[in-house]
Amino acid sequence: MNRIRNIMVSDGFNRAFSSIFSILVGLLFGFIILLISNPGQAVDGFVIILKGGFSTGAKGMGQVLYFATPLILTGLSVGFAFKTGLFNIGAAGQFIMGAFTAVYIGVKWTFLPAPWHWIVALIGAAVIGGLWALIPGLLKAYLNVHEVISTIMMNYIGMYTANYLVKLTVFDSKKNLSMNTAESAVLPKGGLDYIFFNQLGSTKDMSTVNCGIWIAIAVAIVMYIILNKTVFGYELKACGFNAHASKYAGINAKRNIVLSMVIAGMLAGLGGALLYLSGANGRHIKVVDVLAAEGFNGIPVALLGLSNPIGIIFSAIFISYITQGGNYLQRLDYMPEVIDIIIASIIYFSAFSLVFRTLLPRLFKFLRERRAEKTGAQTAAEAAGVEPESRDVNNEGGGR
Amino acid sequence: MEYIIEMLHITKEFPGIVANDDITLQLKKGEIHALLGENGAGKSTLMSVLFGLYQPDKGVIKKDGREVKINNPNDANALGIGMVHQHFKLVHNFTVLQNIILGVETTKRGFLKMDAAREKVLELSNRYGLMVDPDALIENITVGMQQRVEILKMLYRDNEILIFDEPTAVLTPQEIEELMKIMKNLRDEGKSILFITHKLNEIKAVADRCTVLRKGKYIGTVSVADTSKEELTEMMVGRKVSFAVEKGECCPKEAKLEVKNLVVASKHGTKKAVNNVSFTVRKGEIVCIAGIDGNGQSELVYALTGLAPIESGQILLDGKDITRASVRSRNVAGMSHIPEDRHKHGLVLDYSLAENLVLKRYFTPQFQKKGFIRFDEVYRYADKLIGEFDIRSGQGAKTITRSMSGGNQQKAIIAREIDLDPEILIAVQPTRGLDVGAIEYIHKQLVAQRDAGKAVLLISLELDEVMNVSDRILVMYEGEIVGELDPAETTVQELGLYMAGSKRNEVAV
Repeated sequence: MNRIRNIMVSDGFNRAFSSIFSILVGLLFGFIILLISNPGQAVDGFVIILKGGFSTGAKGMGQVLYFATPLILTGLSVGFAFKTGLFNIGAAGQFIMGAFTAVYIGVKWTFLPAPWHWIVALIGAAVIGGLWALIPGLLKAYLNVHEVISTIMMNYIGMYTANYLVKLTVFDSKKNLSMNTAESAVLPKGGLDYIFFNQLGSTKDMSTVNCGIWIAIAVAIVMYIILNKTVFGYELKACGFNAHASKYAGINAKRNIVLSMVIAGMLAGLGGALLYLSGANGRHIKVVDVLAAEGFNGIPVALLGLSNPIGIIFSAIFISYITQGGNYLQRLDYMPEVIDIIIASIIYFSAFSLVFRTLLPRLFKFLRERRAEKTGAQTAAEAAGVEPESRDVNNEGGGR
Repeated sequence: MEYIIEMLHITKEFPGIVANDDITLQLKKGEIHALLGENGAGKSTLMSVLFGLYQPDKGVIKKDGREVKINNPNDANALGIGMVHQHFKLVHNFTVLQNIILGVETTKRGFLKMDAAREKVLELSNRYGLMVDPDALIENITVGMQQRVEILKMLYRDNEILIFDEPTAVLTPQEIEELMKIMKNLRDEGKSILFITHKLNEIKAVADRCTVLRKGKYIGTVSVADTSKEELTEMMVGRKVSFAVEKGECCPKEAKLEVKNLVVASKHGTKKAVNNVSFTVRKGEIVCIAGIDGNGQSELVYALTGLAPIESGQILLDGKDITRASVRSRNVAGMSHIPEDRHKHGLVLDYSLAENLVLKRYFTPQFQKKGFIRFDEVYRYADKLIGEFDIRSGQGAKTITRSMSGGNQQKAIIAREIDLDPEILIAVQPTRGLDVGAIEYIHKQLVAQRDAGKAVLLISLELDEVMNVSDRILVMYEGEIVGELDPAETTVQELGLYMAGSKRNEVAV
């Protein structure tokens, strides 16, 4: 009993619980929107959202993982920068620049043999993504230009540059999309083709998921190790928590700011490559004047995962899952815009996890005290003046 | 005698600590009541309860014998309770008058009516001897004046109960005397005063009665006239404490740190924060820079430690020019720095105690291998320091430093800096916020460093510390060193005159 209680008041539990709680509130809010826009089908619609990727069987789940892959990377990009005290709002620009680089290498550099082709494409995407973040990093470190402003501007520069370059080099004007990459540049399936398909008679309806998800998870683990086990991570986090104290300790804050931004950019750029190097059935770059949603969704992913690389894996899969569920809502009589609103509000509430993180302990404390008072009153009735012990257990929150 | 405010059996718990454990404080009408205790004894918590910032877990507050509930500072205000905070709550680019009426402006149809307010302020300042110019801007008046404005704010709100939270920390000896006069004046006019402090001289000077807290517990309430300083200390600390710092003669050797014509630009205005300062700290001596807060001491230390750029001048360590050296290379060269602001510079509050204890050593081979931190070594080292320096925390080395008490945070910094075995130790107010026992310990450590042949540069605002610990005193006033004094020959009064800028001598470098 006591052990359970200790877990209940532990910080980790509180964090995870606040994320889950905010998801639940978001879902509830989504349900209300469903009710308002089309009351008759609200319950059915809600079930579809909850079923998410499962709505279309194994292939659907594959798609969830496929779309989670870039989200993990952009989430890591935002989360990693955040751990060092930087707000990388520029994941969208880094992402699309990385995506273009990967597609360009995939289409043009056909002289490379099979495994090397996609590996080089991934590296190229990461390098360009990193370069895209280097500029805001340098501006921040040496000229004190706030990274929020410079990364947002780099987003637009990135979007238009990528559009221009796609049109110039790898554009398929019949489909109005980027060209298919060479087969040698398509990411291998990594064993996932045996799991994520739907049997249609004698043919397999394959999901586009590939080994990108493995790469994403591996990168998340590497990021976790860098942040928590290395000297570099120690310095980066020290800068993020307290820039003054890290300067006092002799840490080169400028170098760390630049490095942190570059790594964040590399992560986002890699995310772009992993999404677009997925063969003819996978995504292609659309030449439209819209910032990449994957970039911005990295922000709620990071928030929901509390910037913890491992947490980010799960929050990215969740957001992808709920997005897929939303797409299937079109089977019912719902406008596509309503679906976007619902997903947005779920994500929006997900970002509230920080609020719940402070509110929940207070709620728990209040409930505990209420209970303590009740039992206190009882024991007082039985044996006068004896204080119930449950009150002494770690009163959370309070005067901090 | 009736009590104007009674706090009966107040208990307030925070996670892992009982800040106030069954504390009773009764304030008579028209008395000056001192609240004495070490830091972390629960004084601030008790006052926060009275001021409505915290709700007590148990206990009641009575005003004039009636039980009252104080949910926020507005309630406290309505009950006539006012407080002069340690750090003043003033708007710097407002005038004195504007600050005083802020929040209780007299208006007519939305327009300010300043004339009535001005009359009242003038009347109050005459009655209580609080002379201030109502039209002066706060940023242009002295700290002592600012404190008067804070007092006038309380009086303007017709507060009956005045809380002074360590009011003398920022004042010169002369200003302290003035404040004591004002407090007595207020008492004679019928106000009731709660005076929070840990300085016994001041209690002896003005207080009628004194309530002592220790480690969150109520120790007793005594009449100040009938109790000696030694008895008060024993109540506060729980054991006998020697005030004098025991140390032998100092025997300074060759120069360790040399500062030549150092100039540091000011952040605001054109005046230099540090103006043409030169001095030497030799091995085996404690040099103290005395002065009132804000006379360039902080900027001087930032310049010495490489935290802020300098304008001109030269800094030599062991004869080597380190004027342009990085913070890291200064640290490695043997410069330790106990910073003034432990939250800003001294600690990464969200790091664990162990991670903070290696903040200046994590990169050495002892704690890292091929870029990976050797956490087992870090924890072993942390446990060693925690034992040696008696750093107390909820969960040992893994405690997040944010959750530790201020005194223990300070001990952690001191442990880290002294264990670096520095060649020169720059200690800025190392005992601020510490209890008497810990102060004694730190003073001993400083003397031990000196006796081991190390150079110590102490920057202090506490006159007792300046007089007792140092071997040589340099007084800083408005960015310049205005005097060099020998603690054995000078007096606190003389020191005060130098600190206030009304006396200066030529400094031999």
